[in-house]
Amino acid sequence: MPRILKEVTVMAFSFFGGIHPKENKWYAEDQKILDFPEPDVLVIPMSQHIGAPCKPLVRKGDTVTMGQKIGDNQGLCVPVHASVSGTVKAVEMRAHANGTTMMSVVIENDHLDILCADIKPRTQAEADALTAEELMGVIREAGIVGMGGATFPTHVKLSSGIGKVDTIIVNVSECEPYIVADDRLCQEMPEKVVSGLKIVMKILGLRQAHIAIEDNKPTAAKMLRRVIDPADGITVDVLPARYPQGAEKQLIYAITGREVPSGGLPAAVGCAVFNAATCKAIHDAVYDGMPLIRRVVTVSGDIVMEPKNLLVPIGTSFNALMEAVGHSENPYKVLSGGPMMGITQYDLNVPTTKGTNAITILGRKNKYSVEDPHCIRCGKCVDVCPMKLMPVLMYKASQSGNVDEMKAVHIMDCIECGCCAYTCPASVPLVLGFRAGKQTLREAAAKAKAAANT
Amino acid sequence: MAQMKYFYELTISSSPHVHSPITTQTLMRDVLIALAPALVGAVCFFGIRALLVTLISAAACVFFEWIWCRLRRIPCRTYDLSAVVTGVLLAFVCPPTVPYWMIILGDLFAIVLVKMLFGGIGKNFVNPALAGRAFMFSWPMAMSTWVKVGWGNQAGILSAADAVTAATPLAAMHQGQLPQASLLDAFVGNVGGCIGETSVLLLLIGFAWLLYRRVITARIPLAYLGTVAVLAFLFPQAGGRLEWMAYQICTGGLMLGAIFMATDYVTSPITKLGQVVYGIGCGVLTILIRYFGGYNEGVSYAILIMNCCVVLLDRIGRPVTFGTSKKEAAKK
Repeated sequence: MPRILKEVTVMAFSFFGGIHPKENKWYAEDQKILDFPEPDVLVIPMSQHIGAPCKPLVRKGDTVTMGQKIGDNQGLCVPVHASVSGTVKAVEMRAHANGTTMMSVVIENDHLDILCADIKPRTQAEADALTAEELMGVIREAGIVGMGGATFPTHVKLSSGIGKVDTIIVNVSECEPYIVADDRLCQEMPEKVVSGLKIVMKILGLRQAHIAIEDNKPTAAKMLRRVIDPADGITVDVLPARYPQGAEKQLIYAITGREVPSGGLPAAVGCAVFNAATCKAIHDAVYDGMPLIRRVVTVSGDIVMEPKNLLVPIGTSFNALMEAVGHSENPYKVLSGGPMMGITQYDLNVPTTKGTNAITILGRKNKYSVEDPHCIRCGKCVDVCPMKLMPVLMYKASQSGNVDEMKAVHIMDCIECGCCAYTCPASVPLVLGFRAGKQTLREAAAKAKAAANT
Repeated sequence: MAQMKYFYELTISSSPHVHSPITTQTLMRDVLIALAPALVGAVCFFGIRALLVTLISAAACVFFEWIWCRLRRIPCRTYDLSAVVTGVLLAFVCPPTVPYWMIILGDLFAIVLVKMLFGGIGKNFVNPALAGRAFMFSWPMAMSTWVKVGWGNQAGILSAADAVTAATPLAAMHQGQLPQASLLDAFVGNVGGCIGETSVLLLLIGFAWLLYRRVITARIPLAYLGTVAVLAFLFPQAGGRLEWMAYQICTGGLMLGAIFMATDYVTSPITKLGQVVYGIGCGVLTILIRYFGGYNEGVSYAILIMNCCVVLLDRIGRPVTFGTSKKEAAKK
């Protein structure tokens, strides 16, 4: 991968620690985004965001049209839509890529793609006439969430950020190995990403924004720069590639030098970070009236025959996507996401959701395990932790199960990026230990709260 | 299509799903590679006995670890090569004339009492090789008999008694005099001393390899050597300041200690600040022992003493967690 060192913006800040795993982006880097042929059956989970799950608005036997709202709820929630037209076959619990089961609407595709009557494109003048309030309503109704994986409802991020945010950052760092979905999106539809960003800027009332991109995506950076007018106030910041650059707190630090306080949100330091795919979804919602029913998914991995970037209807099963790319040996792990933070799947009928940016299929040669790991106190985990934590002590504390000890080593500040476990020469399952420790802490906190209430 | 079922044996695990190619074994292998130049040098300076002592020591360490695991019925981890490193390092800090039975006893002490009794790799609180050496000073004569270097005067393979003995440069310096050996000889290693400690040049080659492979960082060695250099420069006992400083750096076990012993993962701090303070502490203690101690070499005891302070140093050096610095807290 040739580096374009000349173009690297000399940043005043660089986050602490981090690693540089094998990028493996070449598998799917040059694959154009292709439309994925619509599957016959789609499973659309009622919760594809952080917050209250939707209540299904359709029943078994109903006919639905493409883009029709099929689930919604009050509170911290965004609606979900039918990604194709057809008949509702069932409304039942189905497996979800996060490892649980979730109420889902199963749609049998009629392959007619009858568009929902509510979907109406807007002209530039109509779009310009919308106020910030109306725009946020449009974004909510389109079911837009943070598409980098965290799936926080975008309209909430926007409304809570008005007045507080002074810096908008679009995240195109995509530091996980294999994944190139945002890279391809910015190469092929830079104008839509930038147009979505301009809408965000309008809502937040700001004249400036940053697009943060790593130096291993020179073409995407070039394409973005090409569609940006100097008057837009948008700068493309090229950062040296390092994992976890795309982690929100690390990215904010790299761009602004501000540290998001422990337990706080980016808005606390005046920042709001949006994924490139989210910006594109905002553009589609405002100009095309199209809700979020399709997203770009990188289907890649070291045993994949033909890695692809696919524009996939939400609700397509992992099976169907795996069949589209083929694999040369029996998969060892199938991940929703990339190899650093992805979730292993056991049931390949799970659907693609709004937050699925990649499906990574790994072969047996990625196996690493030591039955009885022995820490040798090399301290490499301390050197790579981007949160400046001490993983070796956190692991000891989480193994002890002692709540006070775990709090003392700031275990809740861990972002589970996996740098420590990646680096650990003894293959100590650090992240696994921290997850268990966090769970213990949460349970203890809940218990204490319950005790205080009685 | 979507209804098709696949029955792969999928593995479920916590992220991350990829791992760096560096393992405990590769790290130890790199340490052994870094020690190789000094071993070659030792064979040139002291003859084939140096190699034999080293090999026997390494083999004994592996054997003792293996037999301990067999007797305790616990999984044997000798494949991680840490026992080999301990064996080689222990041999490196013994004189070439050391009797074979004695070094085997030292290995026994290092592996069983210092390492395995505390729970094996990663659990010992002092450096096993240095503790083994300290134990072997139960026979001070054998541990401080130094042969004159040169092809004509090499310690015999079976009996070491017939070699001509000589004082090490450090012994002269302990008397407050400049040693007879030239600075160049001391740098190349053509002086009396322990098997692996004499050649500064060859140890520095090993240091470069460790840095290149990122096995260690330069923090501890630089803090250690820098402290010794500054103190020797400020308080010379003979000759010019610079000359005295150069002799202090190039003689004794300082280079071996600073590069290979003080950086031992298990017994050194894991925080950056802790590592620097630890290196400075080692340097101060080394000079104090060399100047005021009864014995003329201070490196091994300096490191052993600092080993015991590691927990404290890590507490001092703990990094400020991201997002909890005072400045940010004030803003909040």
